[in-house]
Amino acid sequence: MTDLASANMNANTSPARIDFNTPALQRKRRIRAFKDHLTRWYVGVGGLAVLAAITLIFFYLAYVVLPLFQGASLTKKADYTPSWAAELGKPLLLSVEEQNEIGLFLDKQGQAVFFSVADGAERQRFQLPLPTGASISAIGEDQPGSQRFVLGLSNGQALVVQAGTKVSYPNDQKLVEPVLNYPYGNSPLTLDPQGRALEHVGVAAGDESLLLSASVGSEVLVLNVTEESNMFTGETTLTEERIALPQIADPIKAVIVEPRQQWLYVINGRATADVFNLRSKQLLGRYKLSEDGNVEVTSASLLLGGISLMVGDSKGGIGQWFMVRDKDDNFALKHIRQFQQGDAPIVQVSAEQRRKGFVALDQAGQLGVFHSTAERTLLIEPLQGGAQALALSPRANRVLSVDDKGEFHLQRLDNKHPEISWSSLWSKVWYETYDKPEYIWQSTAANTDFEPKMSLAPLTFGTLKAAFYAMLLAAPLAIAAAIYTAYFMAPAMRRKVKPVIELMEALPTVILGFFAGLFLAPYVENHLPGIFSLLILTPLGILLAGFIWSRLPENIRLSVPAGWEAAILIPVVLATAAFALSISPTLEVAFFNGDMRLWISNDLGITYDQRNALIVGLAMGFAVIPNIFSIAEDAVFSVPKSLTYGSLALGATPWQTLTRVVILTASPGIFSALMIGMGRAVGETMIVLMSTGNTPLMEANLFEGMRTLAANVAVEMPESELGSTHYRVLFLSALVLLSFTFVMNTLAELIRQRLRVKYASL
Amino acid sequence: MSKQSFKSWYKSGEPGIWMSGGAVAIAVIMTIGLMAVIAVRGLGHFWPSDVIEARYSVPGQPVQMLLGELVQEEEVTRERLAGAGLPIPADAPEFMRRDLFKVGNRDLTGADFTWLVGDWLSEHKTPEDIVVLERREWGNFYGRLVNVQEAGKVVAEGDAAWAELQKRIERVDGLQAKLNKLHKGEIGAINHGLERLRLQERRLELDGQLSDQAKADLAAERAELNARYQGLEAELVALNAEFDRDSATFKAIDGREVNLTLGKLVHAYKPNAMGPLDKTGFYFAKLWEFLSDEPREANTEGGIFPAIFGTVMMTLIMAILVTPFGVLAAVYLREYAKQGAMTRIIRIAVNNLAGVPAIVYGVFGLGFFVYMVGGSIDRLFFPEAAPAPTFGTPGLLWASVTLAILAVPVVIVATEEGLARIPRAVREGSLALGATKAETLWKVVLPMASPAMMTGLILAVARAAGEVAPLMLVGVVKLAPTLPVDGNYPFVHLDQKIMHLGFHIYDVGFQSPNVEAARPLVFATALLLVLVIALLNFAAVAIRNRLREKYKALEN
Repeated sequence: MTDLASANMNANTSPARIDFNTPALQRKRRIRAFKDHLTRWYVGVGGLAVLAAITLIFFYLAYVVLPLFQGASLTKKADYTPSWAAELGKPLLLSVEEQNEIGLFLDKQGQAVFFSVADGAERQRFQLPLPTGASISAIGEDQPGSQRFVLGLSNGQALVVQAGTKVSYPNDQKLVEPVLNYPYGNSPLTLDPQGRALEHVGVAAGDESLLLSASVGSEVLVLNVTEESNMFTGETTLTEERIALPQIADPIKAVIVEPRQQWLYVINGRATADVFNLRSKQLLGRYKLSEDGNVEVTSASLLLGGISLMVGDSKGGIGQWFMVRDKDDNFALKHIRQFQQGDAPIVQVSAEQRRKGFVALDQAGQLGVFHSTAERTLLIEPLQGGAQALALSPRANRVLSVDDKGEFHLQRLDNKHPEISWSSLWSKVWYETYDKPEYIWQSTAANTDFEPKMSLAPLTFGTLKAAFYAMLLAAPLAIAAAIYTAYFMAPAMRRKVKPVIELMEALPTVILGFFAGLFLAPYVENHLPGIFSLLILTPLGILLAGFIWSRLPENIRLSVPAGWEAAILIPVVLATAAFALSISPTLEVAFFNGDMRLWISNDLGITYDQRNALIVGLAMGFAVIPNIFSIAEDAVFSVPKSLTYGSLALGATPWQTLTRVVILTASPGIFSALMIGMGRAVGETMIVLMSTGNTPLMEANLFEGMRTLAANVAVEMPESELGSTHYRVLFLSALVLLSFTFVMNTLAELIRQRLRVKYASL
Repeated sequence: MSKQSFKSWYKSGEPGIWMSGGAVAIAVIMTIGLMAVIAVRGLGHFWPSDVIEARYSVPGQPVQMLLGELVQEEEVTRERLAGAGLPIPADAPEFMRRDLFKVGNRDLTGADFTWLVGDWLSEHKTPEDIVVLERREWGNFYGRLVNVQEAGKVVAEGDAAWAELQKRIERVDGLQAKLNKLHKGEIGAINHGLERLRLQERRLELDGQLSDQAKADLAAERAELNARYQGLEAELVALNAEFDRDSATFKAIDGREVNLTLGKLVHAYKPNAMGPLDKTGFYFAKLWEFLSDEPREANTEGGIFPAIFGTVMMTLIMAILVTPFGVLAAVYLREYAKQGAMTRIIRIAVNNLAGVPAIVYGVFGLGFFVYMVGGSIDRLFFPEAAPAPTFGTPGLLWASVTLAILAVPVVIVATEEGLARIPRAVREGSLALGATKAETLWKVVLPMASPAMMTGLILAVARAAGEVAPLMLVGVVKLAPTLPVDGNYPFVHLDQKIMHLGFHIYDVGFQSPNVEAARPLVFATALLLVLVIALLNFAAVAIRNRLREKYKALEN
């Protein structure tokens, strides 16, 4: 500001001017300035807050997904040395019940002590009904979580014990009481008539029968006990049947009966498993459990569900094995995957009772936490003071161990989502009972020992398949239409066409989906030859119409100005379509034995679903066309006119100008249009949900459906439990969708911005 | 150029022009064709078409009589029919007609619709005495009226019966209205009051203030409500008895007779006896019923009023939420933020958020709003309702908020565009006259940008009204028992689940047990939704165009 200006501004120098500095005006100015500041702050804070709120979506999704990839951790809860433990011997069995309140300790002499898990106080003590002079020489558990044990005795007998708790509410107080039952009677069953001490025992209780197996030296003993209840008296009688199996030469290390009572696994020698078929009473085969001759098997147990056999060895390795059926219906024990805990021999493998995870204990006192399906090693940590026995609680959130000095250690195990790993999401996984590794999405099932199959691969494949077929229709149509509209079309027609395309863009996808699923799908199924001839005949019809138009007398041709070709073509396309659809039955009779759908499935051997990729391609293609169109049209339209005129002035035809100048210049814009269309096709939910069968398949077949990531979220999210692994995996698929579209859109936007700068410089 | 060979025509590049022109033609045909199919199918449903009586003779089977409306006919190959297991004779023509008839009488025959071979139908007639009944359950009935009864005694028979039936249906309709009022109005209010008392008591108990005095007060209030209910119940029983008094006997085409209480009928009409004028009147009455009535029979019959209401309610709340926030963010970005790399990044991000799949917003809404925010609200303010969630479950509020988040980028982008279009000169003029920046914003910039905001808002509303995928997760259900607005305190129930037009289409079309019967209704619903959205879009386009004209004038 110059002096002159400030002098002029000074109101006091000239009394004729208005005085702007009266107290009232000054106050008003202050208020105005204050308001100005206030607005600045308000808009600044508010605006940033809104922008932050909408970016929150990224962080929130990531926040929900993150726990999936965290490992496990152990936290110390309590240490105690209960007095009662001193009088008992070494623990044969240690276990914790559902509520983490009561533990069970069993010693060789058949003393079962239930104690409070929190502080070790004795709650109740039972003496098992062992025959006089006999002690427990072996113990075996039925399926993980059954709490059913078989005790092998030193006199060749075996006793089946069921541990459990009884919850009652006397005086409105919850009271948990331990109970011990003997489901097959208090008196032990005789396994070895010669009365030798049983070294290893196994048990499997079915609905009607109980299978007991035991070994003495290298001899396998199997007893089948069937229960029959008398209809009149209600008494139950037990029938015992001894099953004779071919004998083995090597000393036996473990016998395990499969819960479905079909297989008996006998681990013997250094590292050999003999599998017996209990139905045919034959040896199915001998399997080497390790290639390394120095490795010895040190522990073996079943995983939840009783299908997988976990074999721990002397070098700290744990192998997962299960029976696999081949094409000829022959079973064989197969090595599925291998885990490595350390170098010390594995002494105990305990399966989780809700999931397909397990914990392992080795001789060095290290605890390992693993998950079989996800092939994940979640934690390897030394336990305090080593351990001679270990119990994993049913909910897999407590680990109770007893060390060599008889001290108990209770630790909390945090291991919320072991089922998910990179390999379980994106690689082929060999699931239990499958004959080979596969990509499968099957998140829930009715039974509790179900192995969740959460591979995102089939969903991603389905997403890309749907997007691919949609783009196959949309890309050529939209780009051709955009080029014509921007470059050839008469402005008057352009004003009429653009609102139609905008309407196309605004159509709710639920309407397209419903139309495709309820109208198009059955229609296409009945008019397949017509639809395919439509695809071929329409371009031919258009070309023919164009050619005929060029041969028409000039006065007709000139009556329609240039740039109105599309209008002429509307009746042509309609007529072609009507013709193509009307010859559909004739074609069907002539070439496809009267029914093309049957012909496809019988003669070509291709599965045909009514709601298939073709339908999705048509419906989603329709949805994507306007997105691609509007951006591509914008790119072509804003090519500087000087370029076009220059080319035309040099004698190029309009078509040459288009292909050699305009499209080349606008190609980045067209490319970004395709990317945005792709992004839209990938994230579209309702159309896919309604026009496919939503089966998660990995088939490129045009006539089969698919399930996409987005549709999967829509289908499964409402039933998913808050905070569960399934819930988080669905969030993960939403995050994958979000990132994919965001990256696509950002790239497209950057390309367009660069193009705009380029146009401006031309 | 007049006489050219195909080769030279090909070389001239003309084919390319025609092909690209064809693409435009195809896109236009697809859009208009889709709308036309939806319109025809949707609107055709309400027309009372003639009921055909015919003989149907399948080779090798006894002749049957058929009574129903022809819904669809198509030509199919003989092989296809034979493949469907029909006894097609070898000398049958290569192509045969297949007709879809709506025969109703689901309670007697098991299915509403039946496919028949058209060539085997003969003696088509449209007798005038055929009665079509729209029932509250079991779908339509086609047959003839036998008699009308009052409390089991025949009061009218033969030709007189029809007039008597109409009169008595009218009476029953009146009773139905009274019953509805009683149920929804007064008894609903009592139930609501009882529930509120229960919550009050629980609340006091939780706060440790449940004194004997309070207990007595609550008990007194409860007793009063119960007494009122007793009174209403007596009235209800009386009304119900009246309601069930009259019945009528009808005879189906296979000779079976059915006795129906008139309370189970919605309409009874004789389409074959109606003239074009009657039919038109009936058509509009049905159309109105569709728009204003509640759905019946698992949403496959009746109206869609709750869905319209729910959609409007949700969109309204969304619009109230989205406008101020969207405008605030746009004003900040365009007027206050320092233009640079950061604003460019934000702008791109906002632009892209508009392209993020809607289902992602649904997932976010469910996790963040419903479980996290809603769960916290429940713990803080509604501990008395636990374990039943109040806001910690999908509902109207969360549906609206989720849609607001989804639509806010649309408003931001549109408003920003509007702000950018305002010529610098206007702004500088205002500042030069001594106005502060805030005053310029309020008095000059925002009013000028208001049409742009309107456009953004309309587009946002259009997008929100048509979106379904996120709503499936955050608060829309197939059947909401009550509207989110009623006469009970607090009048607007933001925690309630709602029905929605788009979801209605998905649900009825794909989850309904009787898709064939529901299909026309779905088409009609789709038509309504398309019309609303098309209207909104055209409004937005019109406003935008006017806006452009206005600024052209300013710039010159």
